[in-house]
Amino acid sequence: MRRNLGSRVMASVLVNAVYTMINYPIVLVSTILAPFSLLIVIAFVSHGALLPVAVGGAFIMTMISSGTSMQQDLSHLKNDFKLQDMVVSSPTGAAVYFLGMSISEIVYSLPVIAVLVVLASIYVHASAVGYLMLAAVLAIMFTFSVALGFVLSTISTDIVQSWAFAGIVSTVISALPPIYYPITYIPMPFQYLAYLSPATYAAEIMQEVVGAGIVIFSGTTLTIDWVVIIAVTAAMLAIAVKKARWRDP
Amino acid sequence: MNAIYDHVGMETLICKGLNKEYEPGKYALRSVSLSIPASGIFALIGRNGAGKTTLVRILATQLMPTSGSATIDGMDVVRDADRLRESIACVPQEARLIGWLTPRQLVMSYLYWRGFGKAEADDRGMAALRKLGIERFANTLGRALSGGIKRKVLVAAVMASEARVLFLDEPTTGLDPISRAELWGTLQKLKKDHFIFLTTHYLEEAERLADTIGILDNGRLMAMGTLEELRGMVRYPYSIKILSKTGVEKPKHGELIVGADGQKQIVTTEDEANRISTKLIRAGVRLSMSPLSLDDIFYYVVRKPIEAGDNNDEEESW
Ligand SMILES: Nc1ncnc2c1ncn2[C@@H]1O[C@H](COP(=O)(O)OP(=O)(O)OP(=O)(O)O)[C@@H](O)[C@H]1O
Ligand SMILES: [Mg+2]
Repeated sequence: MRRNLGSRVMASVLVNAVYTMINYPIVLVSTILAPFSLLIVIAFVSHGALLPVAVGGAFIMTMISSGTSMQQDLSHLKNDFKLQDMVVSSPTGAAVYFLGMSISEIVYSLPVIAVLVVLASIYVHASAVGYLMLAAVLAIMFTFSVALGFVLSTISTDIVQSWAFAGIVSTVISALPPIYYPITYIPMPFQYLAYLSPATYAAEIMQEVVGAGIVIFSGTTLTIDWVVIIAVTAAMLAIAVKKARWRDP
Repeated sequence: MNAIYDHVGMETLICKGLNKEYEPGKYALRSVSLSIPASGIFALIGRNGAGKTTLVRILATQLMPTSGSATIDGMDVVRDADRLRESIACVPQEARLIGWLTPRQLVMSYLYWRGFGKAEADDRGMAALRKLGIERFANTLGRALSGGIKRKVLVAAVMASEARVLFLDEPTTGLDPISRAELWGTLQKLKKDHFIFLTTHYLEEAERLADTIGILDNGRLMAMGTLEELRGMVRYPYSIKILSKTGVEKPKHGELIVGADGQKQIVTTEDEANRISTKLIRAGVRLSMSPLSLDDIFYYVVRKPIEAGDNNDEEESW
């Protein structure tokens, strides 16, 4: 039987990213703008002091947004076009569909990533190891977000319901955590709330790398940060591949 | 091409006591059991909400049955789903062509998902669009196409695939009469080396195309067989429809039926039908005589629940 993985991944990338961008270039403007709103506010309010942290935050935010858009895109394809049902009745299983769609979200985010890389090259100064750590944190956050988005999309029965999921997720995962500024800026009892989101742990690592001494984290804190984001992501990935609702119950 | 299906004995569709309960107590399928050769065309008919889509989705591995089992070519739709998915393809009832894709892009993407490479996907995809007469729209964006064309694009996608078993949930809904006839022609050709499981509300379609017809009502498989076998289920296999507004009498061997639209119809045996129609024609009554159509049989099979639901008190026993 034909098991051309490349083709089966490409199908998702074409349908969900390439053809969309070709036909509706406006979506590019919207994705490029998304991470900048808070970045600009933080940069101005801190008189530029937090600019490196905010740029790092915009990177993390872009990864999280990939998951939210994945959830909404897939919910749209599943519920409004019944595309997922067509794929379910085909040799492409949940894991390959998930892989293809995740790559489609990366393709979709490429323009904004390019803009952020330019900004980072100007405002962020880190060691080679620092950049590697940053890349790793971003990859982990991306994986976590798209896995969560995929799981939510498969249980959605309607795009309106999916919008609600997206709203909740973006509040819990990205509004609460101190992504664009140090966690010490959050008054005390609320810091605990922030730790409910994996994005907080990712932000701490990022701030250690790009923060240039604005915030100092202990070695233990950073170790915990890595353990948490890796564990949470591995768990979410397992749920996405094994437990996503590929076939309706 | 379908070398692994050469053992004809393997080509079967078997359902055993299939139940689907969406919510506790709300059954969409009730112990559906059937065993048919998985070749040619099987048409499933039934009223809205009868459970057709539910059955299609279970067999096409999109929906879990609540209990019971089903196998296609010996593969269980739940346990062997991964293997089964290599040889099935489905156009869901509400599937739509994505507005930002052209037919060619959609068909090719679908074939990519099935694992075809670019050249083969393009060849097969374009050939299928050609067969359905929509090649000239191949590069038009979906949002600019009419509803029927969009529907055909999805049928073209599954046709172009390597799948031997095709599930088409109301493939001809929204198609104009000529397109429908053309699709029938295509399906007739496809059925030589495919098994096509379709649902339809056009009984003429089932009558013309299907090797086997199933009538589903309220989740139950009420009748199944060839058209001849279904005719055999009713007591009187001949029908005389009275076209004039004249009074006619109830025949000795047969029934007089007044339809919901007031049309009078006599159902009876073939001999009696010949006798009565000769008599009526002599008396100047306009009529049409024929063996029972699928419409008549369908009405007969699902009538009881309709009457119960609509409180229709006409007394007719065929
Ligand atoms: N997801 C669902 N949740 C709850 N009930 C459902 C669901 N899907 C279908 N049903 C119910 O199951 C029954 C059978 O529905 P189904 O869609 O299988 O009918 P159908 O024969 O395909 O009808 P139609 O001809 O209108 O397409 C209906 O009573 C319907 O309301
Ligand atoms: Mg239906």
